[in-house]
Amino acid sequence: MPERKKRMITTTINGEEITFLCEPRQTLLEVLRDELGLTGSKEGCGNGNCGACNVLLDGVLVNACLVLAPEVEGRELVTIEGIAPGGELTLLQQKFLEHAALQCGICTPGFIVAAKALLDENPSPTEHDVRLWLAGNLCRCTGYDKIVRAVLDTAAALQAAQTTPTEVA
Amino acid sequence: MRAVDYVPVRSVEEAVAVLAEHGDRAAPLAGGTDLIAQLKEGHRSIDLIVDVKPIPELMELSYDPAAGLWIGGAVPCHRISRSQVVRRHYPALLDSTTLIGGIQIQGRASLGGNVCNASPAADSVPNLIAHSATCHVAGPQGTRTIPLEAFFVGPGQTVLRPGEFLVGFRLPVPPAHFGAAYLRFIPRNEMDIAVVGAGASVVLSPDGQTVQAARIALGAVAPTPLYVPEAGQALVGQPVTEESIARAAQIARDAARPITDMRGTVAQRKHLAGVLTARALRIAIDRARGTKTVDSLGRLNGHA
Repeated sequence: MPERKKRMITTTINGEEITFLCEPRQTLLEVLRDELGLTGSKEGCGNGNCGACNVLLDGVLVNACLVLAPEVEGRELVTIEGIAPGGELTLLQQKFLEHAALQCGICTPGFIVAAKALLDENPSPTEHDVRLWLAGNLCRCTGYDKIVRAVLDTAAALQAAQTTPTEVA
Repeated sequence: MRAVDYVPVRSVEEAVAVLAEHGDRAAPLAGGTDLIAQLKEGHRSIDLIVDVKPIPELMELSYDPAAGLWIGGAVPCHRISRSQVVRRHYPALLDSTTLIGGIQIQGRASLGGNVCNASPAADSVPNLIAHSATCHVAGPQGTRTIPLEAFFVGPGQTVLRPGEFLVGFRLPVPPAHFGAAYLRFIPRNEMDIAVVGAGASVVLSPDGQTVQAARIALGAVAPTPLYVPEAGQALVGQPVTEESIARAAQIARDAARPITDMRGTVAQRKHLAGVLTARALRIAIDRARGTKTVDSLGRLNGHA
């Protein structure tokens, strides 16, 4: 197929302003992985069913496989690479390790980004809230229960830290 | 995805001009959760994607005490479900915008896209009909307003003419003692396509004992979403009883003309049309009364 006119797009990714050249048919996920080297976002299904490519677009959880690259002009993106800015794992990521909430790991970046979005909006979710929120993320190693425990434990720890700030240094 | 061009448009007039020029080789892009997936999978082939999200009206969600609710065609579900106005006045919208896809789909998917995709099983449609939504359409001949129940022609087909596109929906201000609900049946808890969906709304007398008006619409039981005016009409002037609810549910069941496919059989779907209509009516009645005697599945005292 003939290539169409490429577009120059400027957007903010993980706090850094980035300009890239893309074809209009390219998805955000393709640009993140293939052009920008941000391979933490995974392609699972490529059609919005699995959540492995979850990113935050202006703070809203979306599937990067169903966003066209030219749509992100002037927007703010957070990918899995931006979750732990200083290289230190966040509490959520630590809890995923503690609870062994991953096996092969392909779904994990999507789950982490989705769970972060949940805790940002609802710091004290019920188990039902967590399961409902994560229903759009698929794990084919069937680690759901451990993932749900990890998110609930993160929420509990964050709540405890808020009520007794001196005990959790 | 095969090569395609992309153009963001900033006004209704610009969108109409571009869409009219390119005809069926162009398609409007809202949340993209249907369009981009269809293009990637080769189910659709176009040359130009027209991003309508930069048009202010398309992304506007606003409430006017006289005119009612405006939902721009590209407003994503997550904004609708988090709106206090929607939660207060348009309860069936909350039902549908929190069950379409997962959270990450709701972050992008719009009601305009759901309606224009024109699936007979579209979850947003029965409740929008229950809320008396009208479609505001712009095209080369100007603008026109179409009741949502008259918008569909067949699976994937709408009354939109070449160059026309859906700007948004207007939902009137609900009268006093109004309630509405949407329910669907799927074989699992979340993330599936409706086997049957039912939207219902009621207006009750001030004492909550008599039905003054009712609207019932079904999904996935006909080639298009199906408005069943005779089911609502049967309730008008009737006391709020299980008997009157059962009569309306029977009419909805009789109106359903489903097919047998991988999701369900004719017999199952007709049965579900009746059961879901009754349950959606009970929730709508509860909401109109401001009481809570049925559970979130529309079951009285937790059964039937």
